[in-house]
Amino acid sequence: MSDLLNDKEAATKAVVDFIKAKSKTKSKFYFKDFAKVFPDDKLRAIKKVINQMVKDEVLEYWSSGSTTMYGLAGQGKQHASEGEE
Amino acid sequence: MAKHETPLLDQLESGPWPSFVSDLKQQAEVRAKNEAGIEFQMPQDCCEDLLGVLELSYKHGRTHWKHGGIVGVFGYGGGVIGRYCDQPEMFPGVEAFHTLRVNQPAGKYYTTKYLRDIMELWNRRGSGLTNMHGATGDIVLLGTTTPQLEEIFFELTHRLNQDLGGSGSNLRTPADCLGQSRCEFACYDTQDLCHFLTNEYQDELHRPAFPYKFKFKFDGCPNCCVASIARSDMSFIGTWKDDIRIDQDAVNKYVENDPAYPPEGGAHKGSRDWGEFDIEKEVIDLCPTHCMKFENKKLYIDDANCTRCMHCINVMPRALKPGKETGCSILIGAKAPILDGAQMGSLLVPFMPVNAENDYEEITDLIDKIWDWWMEEAKNRERVGELLKRQGFQKLLEVTELKALPQHVQYPRENPYVFWREDEVPGGFTRDIKEFRKFHQR
Repeated sequence: MSDLLNDKEAATKAVVDFIKAKSKTKSKFYFKDFAKVFPDDKLRAIKKVINQMVKDEVLEYWSSGSTTMYGLAGQGKQHASEGEE
Repeated sequence: MAKHETPLLDQLESGPWPSFVSDLKQQAEVRAKNEAGIEFQMPQDCCEDLLGVLELSYKHGRTHWKHGGIVGVFGYGGGVIGRYCDQPEMFPGVEAFHTLRVNQPAGKYYTTKYLRDIMELWNRRGSGLTNMHGATGDIVLLGTTTPQLEEIFFELTHRLNQDLGGSGSNLRTPADCLGQSRCEFACYDTQDLCHFLTNEYQDELHRPAFPYKFKFKFDGCPNCCVASIARSDMSFIGTWKDDIRIDQDAVNKYVENDPAYPPEGGAHKGSRDWGEFDIEKEVIDLCPTHCMKFENKKLYIDDANCTRCMHCINVMPRALKPGKETGCSILIGAKAPILDGAQMGSLLVPFMPVNAENDYEEITDLIDKIWDWWMEEAKNRERVGELLKRQGFQKLLEVTELKALPQHVQYPRENPYVFWREDEVPGGFTRDIKEFRKFHQR
């Protein structure tokens, strides 16, 4: 596991920065997009960290039913258009 | 008087088949009367609104459902599929109408108490409409609102000892046939393997990180009642290594048309008069590899040429049984036709022992290798079968560290070009030109 992935705060910041940098064009990301943030790590190791971020409510899942994507908690069109929160 | 007029839907009830429209109307009526005194947490007329929105969709020729969303239960990235209606003013009862997938037990064995408990919960907190079962095998609970999701999840897990199933880019709920619990053909304990892998891969089931869906299905024998060969990314089909067991006396009882030995176990008896059983016409001639003969009251099977089609065993179950050295074949890559058309599974492991004593180590090792490859190499929304097509079967053998076998070859010489990798060639691609010239002139 790389130092970046091992450091919870730094990893979270890297993921949030990555999402924010692209927030003008998209609000939802495939899991594999995060491989670019942690180029030295195996995807199954990245998975544990990303899912912990969901548990910590930094990220949230978006699912079509067949595919799942990740986004910053509370961000994106879905919330505004559906007025759920 | 129904809440919405549904002339188009009513037509669907006129055909010869049982209609889901009648079912919906029945449930709408039950909810309207509420004789059981249920404290509905979901609009009482949701089923009527469901009929209404469907009628409108037929009228407009377009859907009024929005698909997906940020619905789920805490810590889970699957099991809930968001459904929203885009005509909430007309149909407030189905404004949010989410689906829940509930992980069915292995072999789908239920007690009536369990089913009553599930329905009590679902009538109260959902629409009461179910799909028993969805294509993945789950119990599908159709239609509830967002605030009910956590409540339902809590009751399912704490009171009914029941987990949600998989959806999204997850391992989907593994599904199996009822296997050795009831079927004499089952070559391994499908329920145990299904249950074990469901527990082993809980994280993959609930926390999505795959490029797309991934399905396991388990069939106890090549009859493939679960159709794992066509419907799962990784299919485990029971098989045997040794010879089909033959009871020659019983074979002759079939041939003599002994009433205690009806062909197919009597399954088609009574539908029409099939006439006398003829072993040549009904078994020998139908063997796909022509590896059987019946001579001098003795049945011979050339087992080396048997492809495990199961036909002879199905026709004469009292005379023939699968061999004793049993295990499973593993196939990879079946899928439905979204991209590139439907695909059947490709045989990867012709025979693998199914050994519960070492926690199915050979199987989990193989699964892990395939997942590592697929997660690293697949594009977003690419099934393992599509990756297999894109990178080739040879690549799959490489990542799984399996040797190429004759069973991997469907038919020979389809492709006349053989590309060697350097490590497969003795001495590699560099050569000593002087040594070469000793044998070959310029």
